[in-house]
Amino acid sequence: MFYREAGQYKTSYAKDLQAFPIKQDKIGMFIWGILAVVVAVIGIPGLGYDFAMKAIIIPTLIFTITALGLNILVGFAGQISLGTGAFMGVGAYACLKLTTFFPDVNILIHFVLSGFVAAVIGMFFGLPSLRIKGFYLVVATLGAQFFLEWAFGRIPWLYNFADSGAIEVPTRTLFGVPITGASADVTWQYFIVLFFLAGMTWIASNLIRGRIGRSWMMIRDMDIAAELIGVRPLWTKLSAFAVSSFYCGVSGALMVFIWLGAAEVESFDINHSFLYLFMVIIGGLGSITGSFMGAAFIWIFPILLKEVGKSFGYNATLMENISLVAIGVMIVIILIKEPHGLARLWQISKQKLRLWPFPH
Amino acid sequence: MLKKLSLTVAGLAAAFTMIAESKAQAEDSLYIPMTTYRTGPFAANGTANANGMWDYFEMLNQRDGGIGGAKLVVEECETGYNAQKGVECYESTKGKGALVYNPNSTGITLQLIAKAPIDKIPVLSMGYGLSAAAIGETFPWTFNYPASYWSQTSSILNYIESQGGLKGKKIGFIYLDVGYGREPIPLLEELAPKLGFELALYPVGVKEMQAQSAQWLNVRKDRPDWMVMWGWGAMNPTAIKEAVKIRFPMDKFIGNWWSASHVDLIPVGESAKGYLGSNFTAPGTSYPMIQDIIKHVIDNPNASTQTEKENVGHVLYNRAVFNGVLVAEGIRAAQAHFGKPGINAEEMRWGLENVDLSDARLKEIGLEGFTAPIKGSCADHENGGSIFMHQWNGTDFDKVTDLIPPMTDIVRPMLETAAAKYIEDKPDWQKQTCN
Repeated sequence: MFYREAGQYKTSYAKDLQAFPIKQDKIGMFIWGILAVVVAVIGIPGLGYDFAMKAIIIPTLIFTITALGLNILVGFAGQISLGTGAFMGVGAYACLKLTTFFPDVNILIHFVLSGFVAAVIGMFFGLPSLRIKGFYLVVATLGAQFFLEWAFGRIPWLYNFADSGAIEVPTRTLFGVPITGASADVTWQYFIVLFFLAGMTWIASNLIRGRIGRSWMMIRDMDIAAELIGVRPLWTKLSAFAVSSFYCGVSGALMVFIWLGAAEVESFDINHSFLYLFMVIIGGLGSITGSFMGAAFIWIFPILLKEVGKSFGYNATLMENISLVAIGVMIVIILIKEPHGLARLWQISKQKLRLWPFPH
Repeated sequence: MLKKLSLTVAGLAAAFTMIAESKAQAEDSLYIPMTTYRTGPFAANGTANANGMWDYFEMLNQRDGGIGGAKLVVEECETGYNAQKGVECYESTKGKGALVYNPNSTGITLQLIAKAPIDKIPVLSMGYGLSAAAIGETFPWTFNYPASYWSQTSSILNYIESQGGLKGKKIGFIYLDVGYGREPIPLLEELAPKLGFELALYPVGVKEMQAQSAQWLNVRKDRPDWMVMWGWGAMNPTAIKEAVKIRFPMDKFIGNWWSASHVDLIPVGESAKGYLGSNFTAPGTSYPMIQDIIKHVIDNPNASTQTEKENVGHVLYNRAVFNGVLVAEGIRAAQAHFGKPGINAEEMRWGLENVDLSDARLKEIGLEGFTAPIKGSCADHENGGSIFMHQWNGTDFDKVTDLIPPMTDIVRPMLETAAAKYIEDKPDWQKQTCN
């Protein structure tokens, strides 16, 4: 009834190619846009503003960028990687070094530049993908994870010789407002992360709709056939690694500078790499919407569960254990019921909405 | 479909309302959040820590109805020793009027040090955290009574000096390879040439905590005269077992105060006889205050506790009780100074800075001889505390030394340098001047 495209005609090629061809989707996106602003003003009702922003919304947006990047590599190009956490670390440490050397350059530029540093490192560790695939590639990227983790902990130059061995984020400003460090303004931080997320989503969706994205998908679906019709595996695979690592690098820099404020190696460890892979798999491989849904689900679900438990008076330890069990059970259930993830569920419900309320 | 959707929405709405309701709190209460870790790889130690502090506050509520007429509202937040979750806990509790944070983890402390001056909530990292935080001028909001890691390290070196000298000796340092374990290395590296000993480092990653044969193979090869350990969680019993396996003399193996507790030594038992550990709070249940906890909390069916009775009086439990005592004494000092029962976090900071736990006061609260007296001051946030050594006799710890003072003359200037370095690239850092 509400979601029906009957009567919406496309009269030009441009209209046929647009990202949201259906009017209802456009309205939906508009509502999301309004929500994004409303959230900045009031936070999440019922939760403290700072808590809602710093513990739920900002990390979710940052992890969505990570999930987008990983989805490009795993979902679209079919190259499995377990080095996501480490590539985020590359972004974070690169950003720290850049802003130490060039403190006057705007930190936003450093965020982008650290993405490029991560892209170079990611391409280097993506080289084995030219010869090996599947589980063997997983092991090779695992090597990247372990090597980079080792480097973050063992090379004091990377963390500016801090006695604690941790990244200490200096205060940086944008238009005179502090946006990193402890005195940062949360609302500004939110808008910066939102800006990066929106920009990078736009870039990702266009990359995927275009020639590059199609060549990634060809390599994913059948690499020999793709090679025969003229897709160069070297360039395609490495570009997937580069773009994916760029996304991870930017999100890593945002994670440490905007969200955490200080970070040790443990913020980039293998458990986090698994977490990001879960986001992509739960959300839906090869889907941009899925990256959003997966990141939100994996990050917000346990926190909300804990808050709800707390309000019922259960003790914190019990809720922690319950949320660990619950997230595991939910992953299993979702993967059994819908192996293509939340994005596919959303697609199915859209199909059903088209027919509703008359299913015949 | 629609029915399901509306049910979900209704459920969520109900949940939010309940969260909102739980925020409302009674007046004149003292809200103390506790970041704990009863889960994760360090749960055994974290549980003992959490229980001690919780039981002490519960005892105050049961026995005295709180402190100075204001009830203590204590909330646990589970971190699993994970710094990210620690920050999440901090963000979710700071808005409720948190008086002070006891992070119970060096990693979380490092995150909170920068936030404390902005949110104006003090951080009490009792015997852990950033050593440089001892400099009160630079870190007005952070306290690490009764001694920083660097002071402790120098006390341990003093002990070794008294047991046959340091010169020409080789000292092995085995540590958990995170911020906590790396903390004393700058001091050791600085002191090694000065005092003429050789330093050998053996890092143990969190993932290899329970598989340390590689490190101990190296220890056997290097043959250090002494071993000093900065371990935590499952790392401690594993290291002691490995040391026993290579027949390292146990009375030359010193654990810091987080590496020599009952949870670490009981799994090893008789074979670890002679193992030394530094400490600043005495174990045991003979103190009147610990007896009060047993009476009002452990044996009281109306009190809330998760403690097994046989664990009361263990090293970590008693130390956590003492952490609670420091918080309580800070609150009392602030209440007396500002003349009201319900204080805020800024007043709490004043209280912590003016804590006066004299011998007389310790006796009054039933902890005579439990620890060295502590007197806070604006400039000194660690109080240069002394430690003593205790030794494992196969089933329990025996105190074997009197208080060993740190090398204040060497450590203090180094702490000052480190504090200056910490704020070097932070031009807006909030300092205080002391006279």
